[in-house]
Amino acid sequence: MSERRYLAVRARGLTKYYADRCVVDRINLDIPQGCLFGVLGPNGAGKSTTMRMLQGVTPPDDGDLVVMGCHIPSQAVRARTRMGVIPQTDNLDPDFTVEENLQVYAHYFGMDAQAVQPRISELLHFVDLEGYERAHINSLSGGMKRRLTFARALINEPDLIILDEPTTGLDPQVRHQIWDKLRELRQQGRTLLLTTHYLEEAQRLCDELVIIDQGKILEHGRPQELIARLVESEVVEIHDNPRAMDVLQSIQGCRTESSGGSIYGYLHNAKSAIDLLHEQGIASLQRPANLEDVFLKLTGRGLRG
Amino acid sequence: MDYGLPHIGPGALRVAGRNFKVWRKLIIAGVLVHILEPLLYLVALGYGLGVFIREISGMTYLSFLASGIMVSSAMMTASFESMFSAFSRLDHQRTYEGLMATPLIVDDIAIGEIIWSAFKAAMSGIGILLVAILLGAVEGWRSLLAIPVVFLTGLTFAAMALNTTALARRWDFFQYYMTLLLTPMMLLCGVFYPVSSLPSWMQTAVQFLPLTHAIDIIRPLLTGQSVSNLMLHLLVLLVYLLVFGFASLVLLRKRLYV
Ligand SMILES: Nc1ncnc2c1ncn2[C@@H]1O[C@H](COP(=O)(O)OP(=O)(O)O)[C@@H](O)[C@H]1O
Ligand SMILES: [Mg+2]
Repeated sequence: MSERRYLAVRARGLTKYYADRCVVDRINLDIPQGCLFGVLGPNGAGKSTTMRMLQGVTPPDDGDLVVMGCHIPSQAVRARTRMGVIPQTDNLDPDFTVEENLQVYAHYFGMDAQAVQPRISELLHFVDLEGYERAHINSLSGGMKRRLTFARALINEPDLIILDEPTTGLDPQVRHQIWDKLRELRQQGRTLLLTTHYLEEAQRLCDELVIIDQGKILEHGRPQELIARLVESEVVEIHDNPRAMDVLQSIQGCRTESSGGSIYGYLHNAKSAIDLLHEQGIASLQRPANLEDVFLKLTGRGLRG
Repeated sequence: MDYGLPHIGPGALRVAGRNFKVWRKLIIAGVLVHILEPLLYLVALGYGLGVFIREISGMTYLSFLASGIMVSSAMMTASFESMFSAFSRLDHQRTYEGLMATPLIVDDIAIGEIIWSAFKAAMSGIGILLVAILLGAVEGWRSLLAIPVVFLTGLTFAAMALNTTALARRWDFFQYYMTLLLTPMMLLCGVFYPVSSLPSWMQTAVQFLPLTHAIDIIRPLLTGQSVSNLMLHLLVLLVYLLVFGFASLVLLRKRLYV
């Protein structure tokens, strides 16, 4: 019982098949309340399917799932009264204006139209859409639609907010705005669950994350802890020069990976490698290791690939 | 497949309410359609053909046609709303996906769409009733009872059409439903001429179609005649409503809970 009180999401052996293909493969999740939790994985990893199972929309084929104390899917309706969802693809209602979208959504939650009006103004302020109350959805830019979707997901004061790739396809400025909002919501004590295939997003934002590929959870931890535990601290990166592989492999203690046209050398001190590559006339780049390197090590592929 | 009994709750009215709010925004166009269309039909056919047909089943052709148009228009209005409008909400508008992230469930969507379609059918029925009254094609206060019957007719046809929507992958799928079901009913069930003019085997066949029974209730209501076999006609409409309503619910659950 006590464990339930502190976990916003608890999944055990959660599994989903489409036709004969296992797209979510016996995953376990423990998401503490108040945590900004990330699910990092490439396209097709099973992130959206997992998020839909948490909402009680996609029925799992196996496993146990408890969200905010509610068994899913049997008690999903109760869970959804305290949940806010930002879907991967916007589904704002094109038959309504900005303000009407929020009013109608509040109505779906059974909220009183009069009582919710101040909350709507507050939310439009929160996502910087004041003055657009009467704008039509189709006249909004992609970033504005995303922000409105954000406001809509907050209409019921949710304790758990599910964000499925909230910043995919947005320009960096909007992305930073959204990151700020996420931090603010976390400050308010809400639990945020975010899927992404952007390593910076996961690394900079998340308290904890899981790395997922082909329906399986490969690792779970804090971003810096994962990097420290799983990869060497420094990376030498070479683009479009296959000769570099031999040079790197001649260095003691240097682990190599290749992905796309790029070659990566992993070591605890990159200095000697840089010098050696320089002698051979090969241009290289040095940087600290990140979550992309973790993913590459775990799967042999890049996150975009 | 989830064959669970329908869950009936306030959510269905919220779904119907959403559609009502959209409709209210375009109310002028909506009302115009519901009045102009039947006016055209009644004036063109009622007067045009009325010259040749002095009397039909003991009434003027205009009166005969008014009740037929009222019922067929309810059928078309409810069917189109449950097919084309619902499909756009299901498919490219992703309205249902948005609804399902709230405490609403698929049962609310199915029941709400059926109620909403029937409401629109009733609106069209009221439009035709007004036009028919103005043209003097209606007799007695009892004709007002036609409105709840039109609502029931709308529920029945919406429930039938929603099955098509739940199965449709593309728009052209609806063409089959219209060509194979709606058009034959429109032409065979007594909208334009009495069913008794048909060969006897066809008269028997059309007794299995719901439109025939809706007309059998509404025509006498509008013209001050007594309704015979009322319970039978209501029962047919109700059985169609319950069977196809339940089937559409099961199919929509399968379609949306994926
Ligand atoms: N409704 C569906 N029917 C069949 N296959 C699906 C469906 N939804 C997702 N998939 C498949 O399941 C896999 C995981 O998809 P998804 O969860 O959307 O991944 P992600 O969100 O990580 O990109 C993909 O291969 C996708 O094609
Ligand atoms: Mg996805």
